[in-house]
Amino acid sequence: MGYVAVKGGADAIAHARELVEFYRLREQTPPVTVRQISSQMRLAVDKVMGEGGLYAPEYAAIALKQSEGEVFEAAFILRAFITTLQRRYYSETIDTREMFIRRKISASFREIPGGQVLGPTRDYTQRLLDTSLAEETAETVSQFLTKFGDRAEKPVEAGPYDKVVDLLRREGLLKPVNADEDRALKDITREAIRFPAPRSARLQMMARAETGGLMALGYSSLRGFGNTHPIVGELRYGSVPVRVKDPTGRVRYIGRIEVTEAEMVTEMPSGKKNEVPHFTMGYGLCFGQNDTKAINMGILDRNMRSPDGRSPATDQEFVLYHTEGVEGMGFTNHLKLPHYVSFQASLSNVRAAMRRADAANVAPEVSAANGRENAKEPA
Amino acid sequence: MIENTKYKNRWNFAFIDESTKKEIRRKLLKAVAIPGYQCPYSSPEMPISRGWGTGGLHVTLAIIGREDIFKIIDQGSDASVNACNLRDFVHAMTGCGTTFDTRKATLIQTRHRITEEALTDKQIYVLQVPQPEPLRSVERYEYRTRQMHGEADYAKMWVSLYESYVRHGDILLGAGYPVRVNGRYIMATTPIPRWDIPNLHQAETPYLFGAGREKRLYAIPPHTTVEPLEFEDVRFHIEDFSGALCYQTGYGKAFLDEIYGDDGSRQWVVNDSNFLDKLKNGETIVPFMNPYLEKLPS
Repeated sequence: MGYVAVKGGADAIAHARELVEFYRLREQTPPVTVRQISSQMRLAVDKVMGEGGLYAPEYAAIALKQSEGEVFEAAFILRAFITTLQRRYYSETIDTREMFIRRKISASFREIPGGQVLGPTRDYTQRLLDTSLAEETAETVSQFLTKFGDRAEKPVEAGPYDKVVDLLRREGLLKPVNADEDRALKDITREAIRFPAPRSARLQMMARAETGGLMALGYSSLRGFGNTHPIVGELRYGSVPVRVKDPTGRVRYIGRIEVTEAEMVTEMPSGKKNEVPHFTMGYGLCFGQNDTKAINMGILDRNMRSPDGRSPATDQEFVLYHTEGVEGMGFTNHLKLPHYVSFQASLSNVRAAMRRADAANVAPEVSAANGRENAKEPA
Repeated sequence: MIENTKYKNRWNFAFIDESTKKEIRRKLLKAVAIPGYQCPYSSPEMPISRGWGTGGLHVTLAIIGREDIFKIIDQGSDASVNACNLRDFVHAMTGCGTTFDTRKATLIQTRHRITEEALTDKQIYVLQVPQPEPLRSVERYEYRTRQMHGEADYAKMWVSLYESYVRHGDILLGAGYPVRVNGRYIMATTPIPRWDIPNLHQAETPYLFGAGREKRLYAIPPHTTVEPLEFEDVRFHIEDFSGALCYQTGYGKAFLDEIYGDDGSRQWVVNDSNFLDKLKNGETIVPFMNPYLEKLPS
């Protein structure tokens, strides 16, 4: 009799689960393989791993397939998967100086030690819709690969070259991190973030944050709702070794992960008299290749260290809570859930207030315009 | 032989890994020891959206055992879509029994309601909390609200209640009316209607609150004083249904849903689905009783 729209919920949700699966498959096209996704949707996989907080390209590809390409949903699936796993180790600190570099650019100097490496990027392509991709076949793919040959250079080892920050640091241009900076090391997956949060917690939150959210706030600070206009000191993409300590205390190599690292250099005007201006750095690091995320992390890292009380991008609570994609998506979508009990509670209040207003004979025409007759209680 | 476990869905009992469950149980003990205090915890991601009851699930899954009989309601109803989904999940991860019967359940998870049927000391009641911070409406920064709680500085809250009274002639807080627990912490009651608030006071049952997205746990242990915020001359009151009765049972001392027919006509029906079923079947029920309900004409 449908007295509550959500009655019969068990049937409805069971059918909805099947129906959405049907929508994924109804065209009967050949199933996309996980390998196809992880190789041809490389950047989507990187994004899902970053926001999901789990470095597992294959699982990220499965999640993307499961969610019909919805990146938020895929990241969410990976996050939930992590909950079933015990955290057994913390890795040793990753050293990006050991990176096998695929891309390394600097905007601050024309030449940098080891040279600029543009690497795989669409930065300087014209974004013309390539309709020929509609006709792509295994044959055209292999033609391209034959023509390309072995030109793909082996990744360059970062080797002995200085980073841009080293150049600045050597000259004393880069101000060292304040001694009053909270350097406590937190694990935000094991304990709730508390404010003011140490930098380790802030960077971790941003490393798992949603790229678009970081970009919106990073952009806001460049447009004037913030205090920086940094440039890319150095942006690197490549693979770095990960090591853990075994129970005997021996450090062991367990594999490599791909990361993007951004070191954003900003000029800090001197605050006080007699203080010389200097440079300072914002740092960003995320899984896979994601320039936008690393750069905006760097911008926001810098911003949050100089709160000005006015700009959202400099406000830790504002930035960290609201760029958290999985939480933001969940909560904004929860508004779809039935709320009729809390709504009934506020109805009761508003009706009582209207009755009081009526009794006091305040602006009866306004009450009437508000559909007052509906608000009468039954006898 | 090393077994290849790749792709095997080997969920732990109750989904969450053991060390995290232990952590949640420890935080729950802390929450029980300091009634009304919001205890931060790890809040691992669940395969359920944030804001859809993850906090309640954390509590449920951390304390559930194989012998437990689990009931879950949403908006008072066992058949609500989200309740069904969470019930499926908890059952699939634990194999525990499930029931609609309030009396038979040992562990009840809820969103937005406390059952009309009185709860006992053999039961644990878990509430899903969307916003655990009662002071959020008067102070947007977490950093400051924690300080305010620490110093029991609730002046801003009282001023806002007073302002509401001055502007509207009443404290216009509907669901989630703030309470003071054990004479100390002001606590958000999650969006349960005011109707349910008196049932938190000196209860037989432990009430455990889980706010997953905001990563906070809090609790009202049994036999704890819970007072809704009120002034000497402006008293707390429960929802007024103006004597409306349930059209199916003629019952008037329960929280009612307002429902509209296709022709726009309005009727009222008991909100608690299990309570309604029992009323219709003429079963004997011991409902919650409190001074506010006693005042209603029978």
